[in-house]
Amino acid sequence: MDITDFYDTFFEEAEELLGDMERHLLELDLDDPDAEQLNAIFRAAHSIKGGAGTFGFDVLQHTTHLFENILDYTRRGELALRRDIVDTFLETKDMLHDQLDAYRNGDQPDAEAYARICQTLQQMAREEIGVEVDEGAPAPAAQPEPTPAPAAESTPEPVGESGDHLEVALIKVDHKNRELLVEELGQLGEVLSQRSDGERYLVTLDTSASADDIEAVMCFIIDADQVEVRSLPAQQQAAPETLPAAAESTEPAASPAADEPSVPAAAAPKDAPAKAPSSKPKAKAAAGESTSIRVPVDKVDQIINLVGELIITQSMLDQTASELDGVAHGAMVNGMNLLQRNARDLQEAVMSIRMVPMDYVFSRFPRLVRDLTAKLDKDVELVTEGKSTELDKSLTERIIDPLTHLVRNSLDHGIETPDKREAAGKPRTGRLTLSAQHQGGNILIEVIDDGAGLNREKLLTKARDNGLSVSDSMSDDEVWQLIFAPGFSTAQEVSDVSGRGVGMDVVKRNIQGMGGHVEILSRPGEGTTTRIVLPLTLAILDGMSIKVGNEIFILPLGAVLESLQPTEEELYAMAGDDVLLKVRDEYLPVIAVHEVFDVENACTKYTDSIAVIVQGEGRRYALLVDDLIGQQQVVVKNLETNYRKVSGVSAATILGDGSVALILDIADMHRLSRIKKEARHASRLPSGVNAPVPFKEVEPS
Amino acid sequence: MTSKLNAANAAAVDAHSREFLVFSLGEEEYAVDILKVQEIRGYENVTRIANAPDFIKGVTNLRGVIVPIVDLRIKFHLDKVEYGGQTVVIVVNVGERIVGIVVDGVSDVMSLTPEQIKPAPEFGVTLSSDYLSGLGSLEDRMLVLVDIEKLLTSEEMALVDHVAE
Repeated sequence: MDITDFYDTFFEEAEELLGDMERHLLELDLDDPDAEQLNAIFRAAHSIKGGAGTFGFDVLQHTTHLFENILDYTRRGELALRRDIVDTFLETKDMLHDQLDAYRNGDQPDAEAYARICQTLQQMAREEIGVEVDEGAPAPAAQPEPTPAPAAESTPEPVGESGDHLEVALIKVDHKNRELLVEELGQLGEVLSQRSDGERYLVTLDTSASADDIEAVMCFIIDADQVEVRSLPAQQQAAPETLPAAAESTEPAASPAADEPSVPAAAAPKDAPAKAPSSKPKAKAAAGESTSIRVPVDKVDQIINLVGELIITQSMLDQTASELDGVAHGAMVNGMNLLQRNARDLQEAVMSIRMVPMDYVFSRFPRLVRDLTAKLDKDVELVTEGKSTELDKSLTERIIDPLTHLVRNSLDHGIETPDKREAAGKPRTGRLTLSAQHQGGNILIEVIDDGAGLNREKLLTKARDNGLSVSDSMSDDEVWQLIFAPGFSTAQEVSDVSGRGVGMDVVKRNIQGMGGHVEILSRPGEGTTTRIVLPLTLAILDGMSIKVGNEIFILPLGAVLESLQPTEEELYAMAGDDVLLKVRDEYLPVIAVHEVFDVENACTKYTDSIAVIVQGEGRRYALLVDDLIGQQQVVVKNLETNYRKVSGVSAATILGDGSVALILDIADMHRLSRIKKEARHASRLPSGVNAPVPFKEVEPS
Repeated sequence: MTSKLNAANAAAVDAHSREFLVFSLGEEEYAVDILKVQEIRGYENVTRIANAPDFIKGVTNLRGVIVPIVDLRIKFHLDKVEYGGQTVVIVVNVGERIVGIVVDGVSDVMSLTPEQIKPAPEFGVTLSSDYLSGLGSLEDRMLVLVDIEKLLTSEEMALVDHVAE
């Protein structure tokens, strides 16, 4: 096994640590910083440094080392926090992230940026604290300094200052792992001796690596409490402390860092990138850090698929069982009911694996808001609500971009400058709210600002300039919809915040691509609310099954508004073969599924059919079907895996009897119907009378 | 009806010979590389796909995977296209995809030596020689060796979204 196998684990954990660091930095109260938060930031930097050292990422290690030193001062209250200092910290965090990315991609980090950040940090140390911090000189083997542990009671084993000879005790490690670990230790130094002592397996090592590093490496394979590292007493060491070069880099006192804590180096924190709960305060450990596991998404998807199969099999059995006599086969019927309940519970439980809280999305906005408000000279408070609302992981990833755009828009265009706000009689600090909540099978995400609201006149003028057909009599809602038109931006100046006009239409398309929709509510002077409604998951769909001829199709329930049986009086012919259905005060185009899909043996008489009023991409129309069968949840199966995109169809599913049913794409059906009609017109001579006349029953063609 | 083919049971006659699954379309005998064949099953429960070419019969559920079904008899313009108890579907793996092909029957598995495989003639408007890997000559029988991967991923089969579209 090679140490590079652990790279990915390190990258992922370092990324999480950086995320934590940023969150804590943003939450810091500058006047009265929470000691626990400062500790957490310090710990994150320290852990990354330890990991980077172990894996030989020198630049990352040195940067975190410098950073850590400064953080140590803030932690001890010797460096008062100011906004600009936190800004520098955030900048450093970004730089660390860049470096991490570079290593992940197998590149070397940008040397210039590295030099710059080092200089910034050193300058800060000089000016603010009046000390020279470790320059992070090119000493690749530089070791993490023993620093006071966040929790003094941890790691009772004394770790010597010079860790030349270390005794590593592996406790209750099975034979196979033991060999692996000893081999790993061999790469870190020279294994002098190894012996078994009951449950403990003792390895004596001559190494320049510190105890921390060794634990860090070991923790990838075994639990933190399965390994103990202690340095051997001086008299047992073959070579005393006079080792010239090695001592320089390992001996903390010899390092130029004048900031060595005065605490005896008795309790070094475990700087493992691995989880080392024992080194953290007990409360942290109780928060259940080690109670989660990392699983690749495709494994989860596979389970979801299998459970889907199980549900289908179960409903197949159910259908068969329902034909049996309930009295004679009472036990069987009971068993089936139980199976059904268990299968549903299982499905729900499995689906919940994919669910992640919205906090995953929301947590990236405090930084964005902070940076943007500084750039725009605005004062905005960010409020997030419903952070624990859960959403499918694949959707959370796709919602980030649209949400970022909406937040930028609100900050740039929505919320006014403090002076303007004051003049308007509003508090100087603007308020931007991100909220999420469940609503039926959907999630409702809102971006609410208390800014100036949309300007109706400006939108209309801009729309005219863009050549859109608008009129002054349009309702507010219709006017607001204009901003979703491609190339539409009312920003007077193009800034790097927003205003290139490529945004809102993309936002809308992205959200529709996820099966959701977006709407805008706005009141002049009071603010704008953008509301996004998304399905909770893409893997399961609430559907309505319909019958046309002998074929069964599924309509997404979200698109269905109502269904009714049309009467002859409600149907009107237009332009020859177009038919309109009057529903209350609206004339809706009628699209017959059997015509679009050429279904045989379908009911062709409109008044015998059922009209399902559907809405897709803002268009509303009546879909003519033979029969409604019922509502059911269906597992969405991709058609394109083995076949290709089929127009009018978004995906497929498997019905209770094992057959495949197609899920209709409401918006695409409309397009397909137009294409088919045009094709039919092209192959036919124009008919005579085209005036709107009361509908006459059309003969089956 | 569904039976897994065990590629190992017909041990190679000699190292250079290739094994083919022989199937019939009407009176003609065709063969595909056995390594492409996943399984053979009956023709049942196919859901029609609207506005697709007529030789694409639709899609079916293969243990939770949606698989398109192509009728080679229609594609090759055979006169008699009937669906009965003998009609079978050969499920093949082409590229990353799974496709079912409808044939009149599966006869046997044949081992062909390189000498028995003759080059395909430059013929056919219906079946371009691009989709043939040769002709198998076996005593008095002639097997048309179909390069099933090339055929099914070709543009004219309309099974795959092509980049050009």
